[in-house]
Amino acid sequence: MQSLTNRSKPVERKPMTWVERIYIWNIFKGMLITGKHFLKKKPTIQYPEEKRTFSPVFRGVQVLNRDEEGRERCTACGLCAVACPAEAITMEAAERKPGEENLYREEKYAARYEINMLRCIFCGLCEEACPKDAIYLSETFAPANYQRKGFIYGKNELLIPDPKTQAQELAKARGQL
Amino acid sequence: MHLLAIDWIFLLEKLILIVIIISISLGVAMYSTWWERKVAAWIQDRIGPNRAGPLGLLQPLADGLKLFMKEEIFPASSNKILFLLGPCLAMLTAMMTSAVVPWASHLHIAGRDVPLQIADVNIGILYVFGVVSMGVYGVMIGGWASNNKFSLMAAVRGASQIISYELAMGLALIALVLHTGSLSLGVIVEQQAHQGYWNIVLQPLGFLIFFVCALAECNRTPFDLSEAESELNFGYHQEYSSMKLGFYLFAEYVNMFISSVIMATLYFGGYHIPFIHIADPNFAALAGFIFLFAKTAAFITVFMWIRWTVPRFRYDQLMNLGWKGLIPLALINLLITAVVILLHTQH
Repeated sequence: MQSLTNRSKPVERKPMTWVERIYIWNIFKGMLITGKHFLKKKPTIQYPEEKRTFSPVFRGVQVLNRDEEGRERCTACGLCAVACPAEAITMEAAERKPGEENLYREEKYAARYEINMLRCIFCGLCEEACPKDAIYLSETFAPANYQRKGFIYGKNELLIPDPKTQAQELAKARGQL
Repeated sequence: MHLLAIDWIFLLEKLILIVIIISISLGVAMYSTWWERKVAAWIQDRIGPNRAGPLGLLQPLADGLKLFMKEEIFPASSNKILFLLGPCLAMLTAMMTSAVVPWASHLHIAGRDVPLQIADVNIGILYVFGVVSMGVYGVMIGGWASNNKFSLMAAVRGASQIISYELAMGLALIALVLHTGSLSLGVIVEQQAHQGYWNIVLQPLGFLIFFVCALAECNRTPFDLSEAESELNFGYHQEYSSMKLGFYLFAEYVNMFISSVIMATLYFGGYHIPFIHIADPNFAALAGFIFLFAKTAAFITVFMWIRWTVPRFRYDQLMNLGWKGLIPLALINLLITAVVILLHTQH
């Protein structure tokens, strides 16, 4: 019969030789192989103590961005929520009052901004949809939680530290410290 | 009042020795489980238990605690007494063998010679054999009392395996006994120390047969098809839970420890340290004890190494190897040994 690929090998049907039949030598060979593995360096990463670094294009938990002066960039336009295929994002808009110019960049801002991390599929479409560079996917993932409501991230969890008043925390969050 | 003239110190000395040896056997068995998991992990490129205490050394305690906390189940249709007796017998026979093993030479304490052997019986090997073959009852009763056909079949498998490998083991040992001329384990060790080389030099084939049979007697892979935890429903202790299961598993490790000690004693000089002579008897005894333990640990490691290398035999392969392979080989070994000894004594 013609073989379909050139990789096929005929099956050996030779009867076992005496050396093969008494097993001892073969078992010894097997033990040499396992012995080599016994001494090998293990590839295990001890998770909570050691962490694997993600690639720079890793799509992790979202962050809400601020501008250089520490003002929130989000204007609650809702494009991210529309773009989200998992419908994980909800928000409520509010109008900036006089005297809040140092907090919000434009007249409209998100009073409530929530992402449900159980729904989020980390596709990054929100990041692409955002016209204001306000939402980015970071290089970390959402840690485990005991309750479902713990996975609904609000502005407290999402907003990055203020570069003016919390410069240290920001540098730390960026992994520069 | 001659009847009551008991040597109380002698009694105390033996009692202390028994307590020490039993706790050492249990401790070694406990840490064998830890070592087994470590060896398995390393062979499979893993790290193994390392969370409970440094290097995972508290893992056996955690495992024991877990087994104690599990629910104790007696199957409704089981024979309650026999069901309880099974693990007890398994443990009992595992522990009893240690009585005749010479752990080290004599200690000198306050003018007394304290032999570090519970009983130097002149039929030591025979005693070991008697006790080991009783180990079948632990397997058989456990499988029978569960009133479960899979358990029973596994028990029958296990029993027939142990019985068939005992034959080859005995034949391999007879060849050794032909050389030593004594059944006492103490005498055998002294003889090896005296003749300057270990019995393995004289009986390499006998040792190989003995080693293979010891694997089978301890139900270790590649002969663990009475247990076959991965596919045959966990064998004869399928219905067991909690510490009763723990006893069965523990007895396996105690058995492994004892058979390693016996192998070290019979073929590798026991507590004898080659090329080194220590004058102080107490220190010599201690060093010998440690040396015996080193040999034992090496054997236990080889047992584990084999377990994580070799797949299980099929039942017909097992019987083929036992009856058509090892027994004729042991007989030939016996014959050759006998002829050599005969020629030796004639000249």
